[in-house]
Amino acid sequence: MITKRDVEHIGWLARIKLTEEEKSKFTEQFNSILDYFERLDEVDPDVPPAHNISGLVNVFRADVVRGSMSRDDALDNAPKKEGEFFKGPRVV
Amino acid sequence: MLKSRKEPGDVIIGLEVHVQLNKLNSKLFCGCSPKYHDAEPNTHTCPVCLGLPGALPVLNEGAVVDAVKVALALNCKIEERTLFYRKNYYYLDLPKGFQISQYDYPIAIDGKISVNGTGGGERHIRIRRVHIEEDPARLVHKGPIECSRYSLIDYNRSGVALIEVVTEPDLRSPKEAREFLNVLRNILEYLDVFDESLEGALRVDANISLAGGTRTEVKNISSYRGVEKALLFEIVRQKNLVRRGIKITQETRHYDEKRGVTISLRTKEEEQDYRYFPEPDLVPLGVCNRIDDIRESLPELPDTKRQRFVQQYGISEYHAKVLTSELRLSNFFETVASEIDPILSATWIADVLKGELNYRGLGISAFPPKHMIQILQILRGKNITEKSAVQVIRTILDRGGEPADIIKQKGLIKVEESTIAKAVAEAIKENPAAVQDCRNGKNEALHFLMGQVMKKTHGRADPNIVNKLLKEKLQCT
Repeated sequence: MITKRDVEHIGWLARIKLTEEEKSKFTEQFNSILDYFERLDEVDPDVPPAHNISGLVNVFRADVVRGSMSRDDALDNAPKKEGEFFKGPRVV
Repeated sequence: MLKSRKEPGDVIIGLEVHVQLNKLNSKLFCGCSPKYHDAEPNTHTCPVCLGLPGALPVLNEGAVVDAVKVALALNCKIEERTLFYRKNYYYLDLPKGFQISQYDYPIAIDGKISVNGTGGGERHIRIRRVHIEEDPARLVHKGPIECSRYSLIDYNRSGVALIEVVTEPDLRSPKEAREFLNVLRNILEYLDVFDESLEGALRVDANISLAGGTRTEVKNISSYRGVEKALLFEIVRQKNLVRRGIKITQETRHYDEKRGVTISLRTKEEEQDYRYFPEPDLVPLGVCNRIDDIRESLPELPDTKRQRFVQQYGISEYHAKVLTSELRLSNFFETVASEIDPILSATWIADVLKGELNYRGLGISAFPPKHMIQILQILRGKNITEKSAVQVIRTILDRGGEPADIIKQKGLIKVEESTIAKAVAEAIKENPAAVQDCRNGKNEALHFLMGQVMKKTHGRADPNIVNKLLKEKLQCT
C-alpha cells in the first residue's frame, strides 16, 4: 500500500516538487499500478528469475576509440549552459 | 600477537576504493576517449555517455579483462555469472538518472591482501567484492561547494571505466588504511591498468566507527595521502561526541581536502532508495572460461618479486620489501644491480636514496639509474667517502648535474693516505693538551683531534684511516 508519504519520498528522490493535489492523485495511481502487478502472484514462484530475456551473454566491443560529438552538438540540447559547460542547480 | 577482536576504543574502518582503469583507450560503454585530463570540457562525449534517449551501452572488453586481472591479483574468486544493474539517483553528474554499476552479482568476491599492521607484523585485509561501474561526470564549482549557487558540468569523465574495491571492516587505524592503499596502488601499477599520477585516478570512501558505535561514511577522499588525515579527523570528531554524551548520527560526510575537515553535506539516499534493478540494455557476463588465460598474462606481482629479489640477489627481506613497494623503484634497482654488487645497490637505494627522495617528496623518476651506477662505481673504487657519496646524491636531487662533475666541483675525491698522515702530524703538533688528554684515555680528546684532521682535509679524508693513523701515532686505544 502506497501512502502519501511514499509519494513525497519518491518525489524527493526525483527532485520534483509536488502539489498537494498531485500527491493524492499519484498515491491513487501508484496503488492501482500495484494492484495490477498483484496478478504476478498467480505465477508459479519456482521459475528462476530472468535477468535478461535475450539469452545472450558476453556482448563486447573492442577497446578502441571512436570519435566523439563536437562540443557544440553536445551542448546544443542543454537547457542551460555557461561557456564550455552544461549548467545545473547546485544539489547538496 | 596481532589483535583481531574488536575492543572498546578500537577504530573500525572499511574502505571503498574507486580505481579508474585509465590505461584503457575508450570509456566503459562507448567509444569516447577517457583521456579527459588535458582535454577541453565536454569534448569527449557521445549519445551514450550523455545519456541521450535511445542510446545503447556496449561493454568494453578491455575493461572486463582489466577488472579480472585486478580481482585475481587481490586473490578474489571470480563469479561465474555477473550482471550490471541500474543504480538510480538523480544528480547532475549522471545524465541518465542512474549509474550503471554491479550489485547482487559483482565480477569477483572474497579476496584478501596482506599489509603491514600498525603494531608490526602482517595483517590480512579481506576484500568483500570487486565490481565494475561507470564514473560520473565532473562538477565544477566557483568557490567552495557549500557557497556556490549552481554547478557547471563537464561530461568528459562520464562513463570512464571504474572498478570499485570494497574491503571488509578490517582496518584498525588511519595508518593501516593508508598502508592498505599503498599496497593496492602498487599492485595496480604492477598490473599496468592504472596511472596513479592522473587526477581522480584513485578515490576513496571510508566507513568509520568506534567499536560498538554508529558508523559514518566519509566521501570524496581524492588522494591516498588524504585518507589518513580525513580518517584521523573523523575519529577525533566521533570520540569528542562520545565524550560529550552526544549520539553519533549515521550519515554521509564530505571531506574537504583544503581545510582537512569532514562536513555533513546532504541527507543521502538509503540503500533501498537506489532502486537497483538489472540493466536491461546489457547482457549477462560470464568470464570463467577466460580466467586461466588472463591469469597467465599477469605480470610478476609485488610478493613474487620480493621473494625473487631475496633469492636471486641475496638481499635482505627488508630491502626486498622496500624495493618492490613501487614498480619503478624495483626496475631502478634491477638496472643498478645488473652493474653493481646487488647488496651494495640495495643498501644505497633502499636506505639512502629512498630516504632522500621521501624527504623531498620526490619519486624515483627524479634520479637517473645511470647516476647511481656511476656513484657506486666511484665509491667502490674507494675514490670518495660514503659521506661524499650522500652529498653527491643530495646535490643531484637539489640542483641536478652529473656525478663526476659534482665530485670535481666540490673537490670530493678522497684524500691520499700520505696527505692524511701529514694532517695527523700537524694536528698532534698543534694540540699538545689534547694529545696529553688522549694518552690519559680521554675519548673526547681523540674525537677532537679527529675533527682537527677532518678540518685540515676539508672532510674528504676517510674517517677510518684518520682514526687508525691517530691511534698509531698516539699509541692510545
